[in-house]
Amino acid sequence: MRPSVDPDTIAGAVRAPLAEGRTNRWLELGFQGSLLFCVFAAFAVLAALIGDVLADGLGSLSLDFITDTPSRIVPEASGIGPALAGTLFLMAVCAAFIIPVGIATAVYLEEYANRESRIARFIELNIQNLAAVPSIVYGILGLAFLVRGPLSLGNTMVAGGLTLGLLVLPVLIVAGREAIRAVPNSIREGSMALGATKWQTIWKQVLPAALPGIATGAILSLSRAIGETAPLIVVGAVYFATSVPSSFGDDVTALPIQIFSWVSDPREEYKALAAAGILVLMAILLAMNAVAIWLRNKYEQKW
Amino acid sequence: MTDIDLGATVTASQPGSGVSRETFASKGNAFELRGVTVSYGGKPAVVDIDMDIPNQAITAFIGPSGCGKSTLIRCLNRMNDLIPSARVDGQVLYHGEDIYDPRIDPVEVRKRIGMVFQKPNPFPKSIYDNIAFGPRILGMKGDMDEIVERALRGGALWDEVKDRLHDNAFGLSGGQQQRLCIARCLAVEPDVILMDEPCSALDPISTGKIEDLMLELKERYSIVIVTHNMQQAARVSDMTAFLIVKLDGDEQHRQGRLVEYDVTEKIFTNPADPRTEDYVTGKVG
Repeated sequence: MRPSVDPDTIAGAVRAPLAEGRTNRWLELGFQGSLLFCVFAAFAVLAALIGDVLADGLGSLSLDFITDTPSRIVPEASGIGPALAGTLFLMAVCAAFIIPVGIATAVYLEEYANRESRIARFIELNIQNLAAVPSIVYGILGLAFLVRGPLSLGNTMVAGGLTLGLLVLPVLIVAGREAIRAVPNSIREGSMALGATKWQTIWKQVLPAALPGIATGAILSLSRAIGETAPLIVVGAVYFATSVPSSFGDDVTALPIQIFSWVSDPREEYKALAAAGILVLMAILLAMNAVAIWLRNKYEQKW
Repeated sequence: MTDIDLGATVTASQPGSGVSRETFASKGNAFELRGVTVSYGGKPAVVDIDMDIPNQAITAFIGPSGCGKSTLIRCLNRMNDLIPSARVDGQVLYHGEDIYDPRIDPVEVRKRIGMVFQKPNPFPKSIYDNIAFGPRILGMKGDMDEIVERALRGGALWDEVKDRLHDNAFGLSGGQQQRLCIARCLAVEPDVILMDEPCSALDPISTGKIEDLMLELKERYSIVIVTHNMQQAARVSDMTAFLIVKLDGDEQHRQGRLVEYDVTEKIFTNPADPRTEDYVTGKVG
């Protein structure tokens, strides 16, 4: 005789009604809520910062502010002319240094170095460490090796720009390596199979395909360099530049240094000038990052 | 694609019956492999291959996956050099010259022996620049427009792309991309074309077009093709080599061996080795 089977039992287990299976709902909601709170907190800090700076500095912003030289006596006639020009000089030196050196390093590490070799692993470890070294240390390096010491360039734009370059070079190398690694091997094989040499393959196929990623990395590196203050103070930047620099041999001046000098002035009017300077610096930074994002989205190759 | 030509798949003709090995003797050999063993990191992947690959004919490598047929074809134009741990022993004679001789520049080898890969790999450039890349880097003389047109006609792609030569090659269909890669290879005027599973990523219609193209190209070029598709080998090739995987003793190490190499018709109708018969009749693999 067959045993009778209870319809709620399958292989001896009691089937629970579906409706009882919703105990985790509140936990789920709570988790989601706390995530949202963290997002909001991060965003609120940024918004408060920007709002505060806008309120303080907007009144001082004008075309004259961009071009005028700073004044210790008349805050209304003060401007960031020398500082802005100095920043442009520093960026030119920095770019001229990091772009060729950074790309060459990335190409060597990705295309030529034997990954297994000790020297390649040593270099790789060092690049990662370099990216984490505090910027003031680069300032001391710049002072000892570029301003004085072996190169003795003096407190010049060239020395300042190179110091900033050393600081952000690892960023560009890492970005360049990623862009080169993203070019599929099938492209290299296709090129070599046509009788191209390794160098022709790198120069005519790999680098053009990696260029959007490399350019994005270069801009992001420069946008990190543009806001640096500490290393420039160490290499001897001028706090109070009275004339607009005109050559790479002139004394180092830069926007963050000018802002720093105004912030440390006890008078209220100079605080407003500092805020206006921050606005200009932020506008430049945002513009650079926007170009980087635009470049990446427009030219990034989908494989 | 608008020009769907169903006839293409059907017209791919069988190699004429009654062919024997001697049929190709008059044309000479493109390659003579003598005891070729290819190893990766000291472990042999294909072992002790001896075979003659005839001129102006299609030679197919068939066999189960892992039998080393791709490894073998890649050692014919020194593509394995790109893998640092790869090593080739034995001799690969190309028109009598050992391409692994230290005096030989692999770049020179690859100029003469072109290659088409499993997955179409057009460069991220225009159709025109894809073709012109090879002739430009090799410094070929002549009108570039003509070179490009000739190559695209040779690759049976001209009519489909002549109005959009400066569009990005990534806009082409998979089959068109593969014919572009064949045309790109023809542009540098090679002597041999190696094809490593050229149709495995393509639909049957595109496959048919490539097979037709291969039959046309063998009038002027020697072609070696790796295929996992036995029907394809039977349809297009003149000679067929069958390779198997051999497990080497207790080690979990797989080695490819050449079982049988003969005229395609014989391999598919009257193979000498029972393992070949089992494979081509679908009993194994």
